[in-house]
Amino acid sequence: MDNSKKRVVVGMSGGVDSSVTAYLLKQQGYDVIGVFMKNWDDSDDESGVCTATEDYEDVAKVANKIGIPYYSVNFQKEYWDRVFEYFLDEYRKGRTPNPDVMCNKEVKFKAFLDYANQLNADYIAMGHYAQTYRDEEGVVHLLRGGDSNKDQTYFLSTVQQEQLQKALFPIGGMQKSEVRQIAEEAGLATAKKKDSTGVCFIGERNFRKFLGEFLPAQGGQMMTPDGEIKGNHMGLMYYTIGQRSGLGIGGDGKSNEPWFVVGKDMDKNILYVDQGFDNPLLYADQLEASDLSFITGLDYGEEFHCTAKFRYRQQDTGVTVHMKEDGKVVVDFDEPVRAITPGQEVVFYNGDECLGGATIDNAYMKSEKLQYI
Amino acid sequence: MNYTFLDNAATTPMDKEVIEEINDKMINVFGNASSTNFYGRQAKGVLETSRHTIAQSIGAKDTEIVFTSGGTESDNTAIISTALSRSEQGKHIITTAVEHEAVMKSMAYLENLGFDVTYLKPNEEGSITSEQVQSSLTDETILVSVMYGNNETGAINPISEIGELLKDSQALFHVDAVQAYGNYDLDVNDLHVDFLSTSAHKINGPKFIGFLYIRDGIVIPSYLKGGDQETKRRAGTENVPAIAGFAKAVELISGVDKQKLQEKYFGYKKIIFDILRQNDIKFEVNGSTKIESLNQILNIYLPGIERGILLTRLDIDGYGISGGSACTAGSLEPSHVISAMFGEESPRLNESIRISFGKYNNEEEIKNFSEALVKIVKDLDNIN
Repeated sequence: MDNSKKRVVVGMSGGVDSSVTAYLLKQQGYDVIGVFMKNWDDSDDESGVCTATEDYEDVAKVANKIGIPYYSVNFQKEYWDRVFEYFLDEYRKGRTPNPDVMCNKEVKFKAFLDYANQLNADYIAMGHYAQTYRDEEGVVHLLRGGDSNKDQTYFLSTVQQEQLQKALFPIGGMQKSEVRQIAEEAGLATAKKKDSTGVCFIGERNFRKFLGEFLPAQGGQMMTPDGEIKGNHMGLMYYTIGQRSGLGIGGDGKSNEPWFVVGKDMDKNILYVDQGFDNPLLYADQLEASDLSFITGLDYGEEFHCTAKFRYRQQDTGVTVHMKEDGKVVVDFDEPVRAITPGQEVVFYNGDECLGGATIDNAYMKSEKLQYI
Repeated sequence: MNYTFLDNAATTPMDKEVIEEINDKMINVFGNASSTNFYGRQAKGVLETSRHTIAQSIGAKDTEIVFTSGGTESDNTAIISTALSRSEQGKHIITTAVEHEAVMKSMAYLENLGFDVTYLKPNEEGSITSEQVQSSLTDETILVSVMYGNNETGAINPISEIGELLKDSQALFHVDAVQAYGNYDLDVNDLHVDFLSTSAHKINGPKFIGFLYIRDGIVIPSYLKGGDQETKRRAGTENVPAIAGFAKAVELISGVDKQKLQEKYFGYKKIIFDILRQNDIKFEVNGSTKIESLNQILNIYLPGIERGILLTRLDIDGYGISGGSACTAGSLEPSHVISAMFGEESPRLNESIRISFGKYNNEEEIKNFSEALVKIVKDLDNIN
């Protein structure tokens, strides 16, 4: 097929995945344009150097090697307004947001897609580990990535059909090791570059310190569910349901088992802690979620059975989804699940297909709401 | 793909004759001009002949020309070395708010050392007046630095008036003429300047070479610390082939009628204006529309058209222009020049582009460019 008249704008981060994406599309004959997205103002006032510089330099090296033009686009304002404000808002409510889901929804598949349209792009691509398939009716379905360890459909669950129609995922069916091998064979400068970890704007910095710069932390009491005071917490926003580290208390309880965050009360500013990884308070059999979106836009009925993930890289659990009004859903689990976290996405799958997702609001056990926010 | 270069204020392609001259000197004259052996004498000969050609081009004496690595080093040397060596006479400096970064950052550096810098605000056409200089001048003023013509807007300043004004003052007068040199006839005596900065690569010469004119009698130390080259005014072994290439470029522009050259570029600007108007594209010029300007530079504001996307679209279509300086991650920084002229909230900061002509451009290219610009602007209007 002659792809030379088809323009693909590739979002290049300076990492190996998007480098290989651009390389493969170029090999396939597309008219490829590389674009580096600058989403966060990390310029150091002292030296005047943005730390995104190194990544941009890598984009330049790779693009020159492949033989494609490259540009830079600034989405700092869009990122701040649509991702970061939301991120802070969620923490303010005691929830644990997923900024990567929001970044895909608002920046990569919205602002970036708009930008690509201005460049008369036929497609966009980035380097996500996800696959698509177009059915006879022309509806595009989102499928899990070939590398189950890298599958990124969890983060793509809110992408809309018209957005997905324009997306290409050339490395989606590959193993990470294959991607690195292609990069190496092609002599791309990013072949051995370390994978980025964590939230892009926080980078290697201390998370608590970072959050504390934007949200005033209000310390309070830490107690067991029975009301036994165990000390003080540093601010509820710093704690996530089911988290172990950072509690700062030792084995002075009923057993030698470690302590976990088992609940929060935002109104009373109390952090609940208890012993045992498998503490019953950490288990739920139902959740409520909102802002539901389905990738295909197809109707799945009022109630259906499928599988779900409640956080990235988790094993799927069988669930029954009950559709409610205004984009709300109630999800019953086939078996109890540990540490359902308000603010995270619940993402639905049918076999290898990612159906869509919703944002978790509340968790329940035997119809009783768990005190998680 | 055909590519049209309309970013000559950033740099210019080297003239073939310049390349031949540099090649010839690289092959045949490799000596160190400070050596007393045959090779050194040969290099010294080329160095001094080149210096003479260049001195003649601005009405200077040979001894008043100091070779540097280019405009930035010339500006840095003139400003910082002057300030540091004259701080006992005063600590006040006058400049404009629209100078090149090489001047702006030298000033910021001096402010950190305790110097007091006055930044004259330009009018909406991007120029300052000699009256502004006069009213800021004090007994403490040791240096005035004003660019001949602006690299972003082409706006020119009344240099000879300011020079006249400063003749009897203790303040030395530095002019950054990087964009004007080769495009306007400059004579250091008519202009009454003490320092003048230039760069070879803006006049179809090689990169990384330029000169600083230093008026006879002014003694400033070398900005770089090292050997005694350039009569102790610039340490470091001279790049003789590049200097010979620079002299060749100067020779080539010396024969050009600058008035006619400016008229030609003014005509290019009119072609662009006409085609934009014929197609109902809204635009305004950032700078002067009069011929008294560096007409090789045209900065236009296209309301509602984001410069980053426009530059990218033009680049994809084969037109290389500029939208301002980029940060180290490639994204465009707001221009301090447009900001000084129109305020930092002005939409012009993000919706303006710079087109700059050079000797290899022709009318055909300008027409094609204008039509491509019209097409892209209309297309972007449709998409948005």
